[in-house]
Amino acid sequence: MSADANWPLALKRFGHGARPVDKARSGDPREALIAEISKPDAALLDAPGLLSTSDNQKLVFADQAEKKRLRDLGAAQLARSALPSYLPIKTPVAPVLAGGVAGAAPAMAGNMMTAPNAMAGGAMMPAVNAATAPGAMAAAKASEAPEGRAYRSEALARLAKAVGADIGFAERWVAFWSNHFCVSISKSNLVHVAAGSFEREAIRAHAFGRFADMLRAVEQHPAMLHFLDNQQSIGPDSPAGRRRKVGLNENLAREILELHTMGVGSGYGQTDVTSLARVITGWTSVGPDGKMGVPGTFVFNVNAHEPGAQTILDKSYAQAGEAQGEAALDDIAHYPATARHIANKLAKAFVSDDPQPQLAAKLAAVFQATGGDLLALAKALIEAPEAWSAPATKLRNPWEWTVASYRAFDKVPTDPGQALNALRLLGQPLWQPAGPNGFSDDTAAWLSPEGIKTRVEVAALFSRQIKDARRPADLVDPILGAAASSDTRETIARAETPEQAYALLILSPEFMRR
Amino acid sequence: MPFDVVPHPSRRSFLSYGAATFAAAGIPRVASASGARDPRLVVVILRGALDGMSALGPIGDPDYAGLHGDLALRFSGDHAALKLNDFFGLNPAMANFARLYDSKQALMVHAVASNYRDRSHFDGQDVLESGMPTPGQVQSGWLNRAIAALPMGDTVDAPKGLAVGATPPLVIRGGAPILGWAPTALAKPTADLISRTMGIYAHVDPALATALREGFDAEAMATKDGMAGVKAAGAADVAGMRQAAEGAARLMAADNGPRVVALAFDGWDTHANEGGATGRLAQLLGGLDQAFAAFEKELGGKWNDTIVVAVTEFGRTARINGTVGTDHGTATVAFLAGGAVAGGRVIADWPGLKDTNLYEGRDLKPTTDLRAVLKGVLADHLGVPTQVLAQKVFPDTIGVAPMAGLVAG
Repeated sequence: MSADANWPLALKRFGHGARPVDKARSGDPREALIAEISKPDAALLDAPGLLSTSDNQKLVFADQAEKKRLRDLGAAQLARSALPSYLPIKTPVAPVLAGGVAGAAPAMAGNMMTAPNAMAGGAMMPAVNAATAPGAMAAAKASEAPEGRAYRSEALARLAKAVGADIGFAERWVAFWSNHFCVSISKSNLVHVAAGSFEREAIRAHAFGRFADMLRAVEQHPAMLHFLDNQQSIGPDSPAGRRRKVGLNENLAREILELHTMGVGSGYGQTDVTSLARVITGWTSVGPDGKMGVPGTFVFNVNAHEPGAQTILDKSYAQAGEAQGEAALDDIAHYPATARHIANKLAKAFVSDDPQPQLAAKLAAVFQATGGDLLALAKALIEAPEAWSAPATKLRNPWEWTVASYRAFDKVPTDPGQALNALRLLGQPLWQPAGPNGFSDDTAAWLSPEGIKTRVEVAALFSRQIKDARRPADLVDPILGAAASSDTRETIARAETPEQAYALLILSPEFMRR
Repeated sequence: MPFDVVPHPSRRSFLSYGAATFAAAGIPRVASASGARDPRLVVVILRGALDGMSALGPIGDPDYAGLHGDLALRFSGDHAALKLNDFFGLNPAMANFARLYDSKQALMVHAVASNYRDRSHFDGQDVLESGMPTPGQVQSGWLNRAIAALPMGDTVDAPKGLAVGATPPLVIRGGAPILGWAPTALAKPTADLISRTMGIYAHVDPALATALREGFDAEAMATKDGMAGVKAAGAADVAGMRQAAEGAARLMAADNGPRVVALAFDGWDTHANEGGATGRLAQLLGGLDQAFAAFEKELGGKWNDTIVVAVTEFGRTARINGTVGTDHGTATVAFLAGGAVAGGRVIADWPGLKDTNLYEGRDLKPTTDLRAVLKGVLADHLGVPTQVLAQKVFPDTIGVAPMAGLVAG
């Protein structure tokens, strides 16, 4: 196969999909893929208005303080004023506000994530994030709340970078790691506001660096510490543990071993989970009072740390303080089980639901030999013949399909609302997986009757917004490749309207699968 | 197993607490599909591992309150548990379920677990839903294989199964065709676009063709029943549970509607601030309770022929952890409700809660195999032959006998 013939596959298997301009591609796609990720800033993302996790969380703290002040003020005024006796004292703050303000939310909000409200007597009430934001307070100020604002600007920046990327391999790589180390905005306002900055600070900063560095950045990030409860885990024999009736929470430790590194069934046991949980007690983030540092940053709280040596996977860790957990994580990052787990997952995510075993073996060997060098790992994936020989049968997940749709028509996203809404309906709401294992990489999870039906609905809506002078038939070769089937070509050529042809283009099997 | 921890005459009488005898116990009932009854089955997967001891508190166990601390349910005081018998109290968020229990249309199984004994959610869900002996075998789920084994009735067109939600739960995935349905809020595409898309798929990609056809079949049925205006909601959302149940029940209530349905509700992984009689878990249980009520209401007369089973991948630690929550454990509860349930009892071979009774010194010990419960329902309610259950639906489970007497005679 000549290099040119590999371009359509390169663009969809490794990249974010073809654009009309890609018709003119020449040269070896492998070299182009490697060039894209070899730039020092390949995975970085910056845009006006994006804040650090610390600044994001400070806004939430301030917002919460302001709401509390208003609540206290309201209660005091209510108590002082002579209210008619039929007005219930407790109601003015939450339910009334929620109904009033959310009802007046901008029309955009009505299109997004519409959720029913049981309290509203069965009526449908538009409320952005009502499904995720705890309590009526967040829904009440949805249009201005810091978490919603941060989420939407981060989402737009991420979408714009993926849509505008040359090939998009770096962005696919980031999406893989972000899903591997996922957090969910449904956890709390503090995770919601920081989901995007977490991806930039912990994932993107190390995407082509060392795995061990990414692991440490993730497990010490305030978003992850909140998401998997380590924020509250306290050594039973630590000063804080002895003083208060509190103790361990092993959630983060278990998922580090099971999901983030070695993988389930790879040789660790319950005692290793518990020991790792003890080792990382005291890994927490600074709260609004700023007593231990800058609010919204990682801090090691010695008062909550379980004292003494711990044994994990037959190795004893006697270090004091934060260094104990860092040493343990660094070892775990380099175990062969970790290399195998990551290699397997990569092969499945990028190449095939059932990849050739030698592909994962090659990747694991590179991971092991380079001490987890992620740039070397990405290059090994590109250079493996097995990564190119597998047939293009994996279904693009909703994120990949949505980004590829924008790219197919050179559509520039200016508002994240439509894409976020589509992702939610298609079952992959951004940064909101159902559990810490993230969204599935498996075709079977997305090739469902409901999922495919919803893609038709989304495509119908999306194609009506394409203001493209190109003849749809002229898009077939650049977007679907010369190998597109005659059925697809004819159906697109015979479409009743350009809009219908655009919808058929992004619904075609050649576009849906990669 | 120490008997003295259970304040009852004997374990075995406790096992059938609240129910006298079963006329049909031990006698496999022949397929209802051929008789007057037209059975319907709903399987709800509670993802995240439900704390069975906060859902159904073993309040009569002298060690319960000490272990479960602030999360323990009580028979008296504010937010008192709903007393199912002298030993067990139901979380007060589940008033509908308690009402069904009182009218002998609901039962619970306690100290129950699948055959999975480690503590990974994802492996636990694999085993729970695939029905296979080990994790990782995820090509099909036991409910799908049960559907494949059902006798074809004259009145029922294939497919008989329905998956609710944007992604079908593994339990109902597999070779037997299923419908998919989830509430959406998008404008409808034209029939012409659908048919042209189908034209491509039919020639080029049969798997996409099947999915598309089934997706719009389910949509058509839902729309006919007036569900088109329903909006999507998060499954973790309480109202979302009720809505998913309402939509599924309306589809099932149609004469040619699906007979077997699977749904999944997320959010049960309560590591911190779980809450007991009130709080986060109670809210989720309230959502589940509303889902049971929605099935009862929307199924109308067909409720009498229905069983709704709610199960989870494993339970949680008996002792609360350092953050007033519970970590991953082993045994838990299962819920059965419906007009076809021989209800009004808690089925439990109670293992006790002394340190020596606990599984690995930390979890409620499993004494009932969840597969026995599920096989009992599939055998006596849907009429799946015992042999098929032991070989195809739950492979390698000849030693796990279907539990008899779960279905009203």
